[in-house]
Amino acid sequence: MSAIEPGTDDWQRLSTRMLLVHPVQELLRAWPVLLGLVFAGTAGGHGSWWSLVATVVVILGGLLRWFTTTYRITPEQVQVRKGLLRRQVLTVPRDRIRTVDVTAHALHRSLGLAKVEVGTGRTDRKSDGVKLDALNAAEAARLHEELMHRVSAPAAGAAERPRETILASMRPDWVRYGPFTLTGFVTVGVIAGVVWRSLNEAHVDPRRIGMLRALLDRFDRTPLAVDVLVVVAVLLVVVAVASTLGYVLAFHGFRLTRNDAGTLHVTRGLVTTRAITIEERRLRGVEFSEPLLLRAVGGARCIAITTGLRVGRGAERGGSVLLPPAPRAEALRVAGEVLRDGVPFTGTLAGHGPRATRRRFSRAIGAVLVVVAAALALWGLGVVPAWTWQAALVVVPFAALLAADRAHALGHAVLNGTVVGRRGSLVRRRSVLSCEGIIGWNLRRSFFQRRSGLATLVATTAAGRQRVEVQDVPLEQALRTAEEALPGLLTPFLEG
Amino acid sequence: MRLRPPRHLVSTKAVGYWTLRALGGWLAVVAVQVVWMLNDGGHARWHVAGLILTGVLGAAHVIVMPRWRFRVHRWEVTSEAVYTQSGWFDQERRIAPISRIQTVDSERGPFERLFGLANVTVTTASAAGPLKIRGLAHDAAEQLVDRLTEGTATDRSDAT
Repeated sequence: MSAIEPGTDDWQRLSTRMLLVHPVQELLRAWPVLLGLVFAGTAGGHGSWWSLVATVVVILGGLLRWFTTTYRITPEQVQVRKGLLRRQVLTVPRDRIRTVDVTAHALHRSLGLAKVEVGTGRTDRKSDGVKLDALNAAEAARLHEELMHRVSAPAAGAAERPRETILASMRPDWVRYGPFTLTGFVTVGVIAGVVWRSLNEAHVDPRRIGMLRALLDRFDRTPLAVDVLVVVAVLLVVVAVASTLGYVLAFHGFRLTRNDAGTLHVTRGLVTTRAITIEERRLRGVEFSEPLLLRAVGGARCIAITTGLRVGRGAERGGSVLLPPAPRAEALRVAGEVLRDGVPFTGTLAGHGPRATRRRFSRAIGAVLVVVAAALALWGLGVVPAWTWQAALVVVPFAALLAADRAHALGHAVLNGTVVGRRGSLVRRRSVLSCEGIIGWNLRRSFFQRRSGLATLVATTAAGRQRVEVQDVPLEQALRTAEEALPGLLTPFLEG
Repeated sequence: MRLRPPRHLVSTKAVGYWTLRALGGWLAVVAVQVVWMLNDGGHARWHVAGLILTGVLGAAHVIVMPRWRFRVHRWEVTSEAVYTQSGWFDQERRIAPISRIQTVDSERGPFERLFGLANVTVTTASAAGPLKIRGLAHDAAEQLVDRLTEGTATDRSDAT
C-alpha cells in the first residue's frame, strides 16, 4: 500500500478527464431550464440565442469546477477546497471517517473514473461530508483502501494485505424476486408524470396522436369492466418489468465481503457501480425486512444499521443494503454472518398479548369505520353518491386482515446482547440492535395505550433510522426488556 | 415492577404560559373563520355553528391542557441519567445516560421571558432522543445546565 507521506501535503486536483464530465453533468442538470428558455424565447424570437448563451455559461461553469476544486490528504485529515465566489474548505479529521463510498456512473466508467465520498459520523442529514467527483478509478480505489484501512488497523503495515472473505454474492436466479420489489411503481409513476407534463407544456392534445386515438376509440366500444381489467393487467406487466430492470441495474454483481482489517464491503451495480465500505465497529445492528409481496414469495432483504452512513432514500433509508431481495434462508444466513451471531434473527420472540392485538384491530377497523360513517353522513346530506360508503365498507375485511397480520408480527426479545423488535405487515421488519448501540430509552404512551396498559418502547441509537421500536408492548414487559438490555439505567426509577 | 415518574415538577408559571400560547392559537383560528364569514356573505348559519364549535373546543383545550400538562411535565437528574416526562393526552418518558449526552442547550422565547421561564434541551447522538424540559423557572434551568455540563465535560468519548 503506497501511503501518502506526511510531507506531501500539496493540494491535488481531480482527474483532468473531469473537464469532459463536468460540463456534460451540468448540462444534464440544467436541461429543463435550457428547454424552458427555448420555449420562453420563441415568443420574442430570440429563444435560440438565449439558450445558446445559457449553454455556454453552464459549460464554463462545469469547466470551472475542475479548476476551483482541489483536495489533499494529510496524516490527520482530508481537506477539500471548492467554490468560485464562495470559497469553501471542508475538513474531515481522518479518525472521524466512518465510511468511504466509491461510485461510478456510466459516464465515469467510460472514462475510467470513480467518485469518492467520505462519510463522517454526524447524524448526517445536513452535512454531506466530503465528495471527490471524480478521480481515476485506480486512484479512487487506492484512496479508499488507504482511508479505510489506516483507520481500522493502524498497526498493519505494508507487509501483508488483510484477507477478504466473501459473505454473499448474487446468484442469477435471484432476479425472480425483482418483480416483487415494486420499485417499478416509482419508476413508472415518474415516467408517466414526466410524459404528462411534457405533453401539457408543449400543448399537445393526446387525442390528436393517431395511435392513441385508435386505442381510445377501441376502449369506447368495449365495456368498462374489460377496459379496467386490460389497463390493470398492462400496468402490472409494465411495473413488473420495470421493477426487474431496476433490480438488475442496482444489484448486478452484488458481493458482500468481510475484510479482516474490520470492514465490510458491498459492491454492486450494472451501469452505475457502487463500492461501499462499512467499518464493523460502527455497525450497530442489522435490519431484516420482508415487504408483503416479497414475503409472499419467500424473499427477504437485509440492511445494515450503522452510524455515519448518509441516510438514503427508499429501501436504503435505514442504512446500507447488506443483501438485495433474496431467498429468506439466504438473508437469514447473511444477517447472522454479518453480526457473527445468527440467534437474534432466528430466536423466538415474546408476543405482545391480547391487548396489543385488540389495539391493532380497533385502530385498523376503527379508521375505516370512521370513513364509512363520514361517507354515510355525506350521502344522507346528498353530497356524495351511495357507492362511496359501500366502497369504504368493502375495505373493512381487508383492514381486519391487515390488523391480524400486524398483530401477529409484534414481538420482541433480548437475545445475546442485542435488542430485537419485530413489527409491520406491509413491510415486516425485524430490527436487531446491539445493546451497546442503545443511547437512551423513550417510553411512549398515548391516552389509549395507557388505558390498555401498553407502551411503545423506543431504543434510541445514533445509527440507521436512529431508533428501534417495540410497539404496543405491555408496560411491565417493556420495563423488563429495557432493564435486561441496559442493566442499571432504569433501576433508580423503578419501584415495586 | 413500576416506573415511577420523575421527581421534580416544572415551574407553576408554565401553566400561564401554556394557556397564553394555546389561546393565541385558537384566536388565530377564530380570526380566520371571521374573515371567511365576512367575505362569504351567505351560509350564515354554518359559519355561526363553526364559530360556536371552535369556541367550545378552544375553551376546553385552553382550560384543560395547561393544567393536565403541568401535572405530567416532570424531570429528574441523577449522577447516572437524565429522566423526563412530557405530554398530556399522549405522554412520553425519556431516559438517557449522562455518559451519552452530547449537548445541553437552554433557550427562551419572548413569551417565555415574560413568564420568567426557560427550556432545557439535552441531546444525544440519536436524532430520535433529545430530552426537552419545557417550562422550567429561569434560575432552575441555569443551575440544571451548569450541573449537566459539568457532568459531561469529564467524559471524552464521542458517545455514539
